Amino acid sequence: MSGEMILLGLAGVIEAGAPIVLAAIGETLTERAGVINLSLNGLIILSAMMGFSVALQTDSILLGFLAGMAVGAVVSAIVAFASITLKQSQVAVGFILAITCEDLAYFLGNPIMGEQAPIMYATPIPFLREIPVLGTLFFQQSLMTYLSILLIFIAWFWIYKTHPGLMLRGIGEKPAAAFVRGANVTRLRYFYTILGGALVGLAGPLYTLSVKAGWKGTITGLNGIGWIVLAITIFGGWNPFRVAFGAYLFAFLQWLGLVLQSTLTFIPSQVLQVAPFPLMILALLFVNLGNTEWMERLIATLPDKVRTRVIKIIRALRSQPPGALGTPFERE
Amino acid sequence: MEQTRLRRFSFLFQIGGVVLAFVFISLILILVGANPLETFRLIWEGAVGSSSRITNVIIVWIPLLLVTSGLLVTFSAGLWNIGIEGQITLGAIVTTGVIRMFQDTAVPPALVIILSIIGGMVGGMVWAALAGLLKTYGGVNEIFGGLGLNFIATALNIGLIFGAWSRAGIASMSGTDPFPEAYWLPTFGSINLSWPSILLAIIGLVIVFFLLQNTHFGLRLKAVGMGLRSAYRLGIPTKKYMMLSFMVCGLYAGLTGALQVVAVYHRLIPSISSGYGYLGLMIAMLINFKAIWIAPIALFFAALNIGGIQLPIVQKLDSSLTGVLQGSLVLFILLMQGVKQRVLGKGGGN
Repeated sequence: MSGEMILLGLAGVIEAGAPIVLAAIGETLTERAGVINLSLNGLIILSAMMGFSVALQTDSILLGFLAGMAVGAVVSAIVAFASITLKQSQVAVGFILAITCEDLAYFLGNPIMGEQAPIMYATPIPFLREIPVLGTLFFQQSLMTYLSILLIFIAWFWIYKTHPGLMLRGIGEKPAAAFVRGANVTRLRYFYTILGGALVGLAGPLYTLSVKAGWKGTITGLNGIGWIVLAITIFGGWNPFRVAFGAYLFAFLQWLGLVLQSTLTFIPSQVLQVAPFPLMILALLFVNLGNTEWMERLIATLPDKVRTRVIKIIRALRSQPPGALGTPFERE
Repeated sequence: MEQTRLRRFSFLFQIGGVVLAFVFISLILILVGANPLETFRLIWEGAVGSSSRITNVIIVWIPLLLVTSGLLVTFSAGLWNIGIEGQITLGAIVTTGVIRMFQDTAVPPALVIILSIIGGMVGGMVWAALAGLLKTYGGVNEIFGGLGLNFIATALNIGLIFGAWSRAGIASMSGTDPFPEAYWLPTFGSINLSWPSILLAIIGLVIVFFLLQNTHFGLRLKAVGMGLRSAYRLGIPTKKYMMLSFMVCGLYAGLTGALQVVAVYHRLIPSISSGYGYLGLMIAMLINFKAIWIAPIALFFAALNIGGIQLPIVQKLDSSLTGVLQGSLVLFILLMQGVKQRVLGKGGGN
């Protein structure tokens, strides 16, 4: 494989990673506020169908994306209402929506299967596109891909460098303490759940209008993406940069699966296509090992010099969830 | 007096959830230009309109009974066994493997079938134990460990169907070569329904019912489910109980997969689990984890599944409508439960 082919392949990885980045950053914001939105798998498929349908009927890509965001916001509002206001299990309501939204997408999307909606093409940036290597990788992409990259930096800056970001971390970590300091925990959790859901809702139309253009019902090939996004959020330790790394890693593995098909012919191609999914989830094992009891005990038995080094490595790998993730907040 | 009034009140909320779900579905149907009442009538007719349809409903009822029974064990321990889909698949794979190993030998077919079902149960159990190990010793939440194992099971299944066990000639999505008829589970004469499957499903349900209701094991499991720390203080080895509950559920899932192979499809197909594991999770939530309701609600869900099959032909509606109906029933009942708790105050009318 020539160098240029590899470069184009990697540019494709950035493109294929864009919807995953958008969704994973959205979920990161939601989970930072202490809410798990488990509905992503259905939400992405439903927003993909709705975005495609609206773009098809209005001939407007922009309206398609807005429709996707609206779907994401509405579904997430249900999660927020059920878990924050009605105090039902977040996992339960999220799981129900994950399954139901998927079926709803196939049901409502049945008549528009195989239709031709507008497709979003790349918008190369003048001058910057000429830069060797970097130009091909980053500056000949579609507008949404640029937005996805920008969002990584914005989310990081928001979470770690601004006052509202401090509040966000507070309500996810120690809601009672944040409340005492004047944060309206309930309202903020609603806000971040709906905002995060709207961002996730961009991922669906980005698939059906660009990355995997077209709506083909159950064989559109989006099933599983939402679950992977949830895993990537954990893998990324709720830090936008690490989360983005996880998203690109997954897109890279998928590309690798395609490339290897021609060389590793003894493995059925269907296996190579699904391989990135388990690999990504097994990666969770590595970032979680540092949190387990037996690991701590094992480390305690090591000689001093080795121990400090091992602890450093594990600390760097480890991903620790926001303290109040998944638990309702009650004013006492 | 107060108790019965509360209970009646609480019942009203559940009915309200059901009504809301049907209103929601009706609105969707009107939106796509279909007549809701006509559609519901067609689903009903599709489920009970003829004896072969009723048979099909029972064929779907069996796996739903088994998976939901198994899931109540993990739910009792407070665990979300989303990996159940993969456990069903592994059960089906091992069962197929055992039959393929013996089908050209002198071993009597009846013995092969029994061995293959036991093999399938063990396969499901091992897969569930992996999710349990990831949870208890790897620190990986069982939802994500389970999902990962589901993906691996799918890859393994498809790899076998298109690879080592592929059909002579060309491999295809239609699955492996069917087994000779000697290796099928016996049926009720000409009706295509296997009686050992029904028997096993009912035994499975009864075992779980008594296990959770009347045994020391069930009580301790519930203590683990209520809250890890308190159970730990009471001296219950929580990790061991979590592992056990995973493994029991895996046995049920493995049995489900085994029966789908030896009693329904008579071969391995790519979507062998048919999503029954996820449907079982929905049923378990709908019945609020009470074993006594498994049989009727699983029957209702099975009827919906079969009733929706003819919708694309008769009404040009996608059959995924039944999935939406099942999902919205669970969702609205859950929401109404929350509303009830808000109205009656905490713990009111459980």
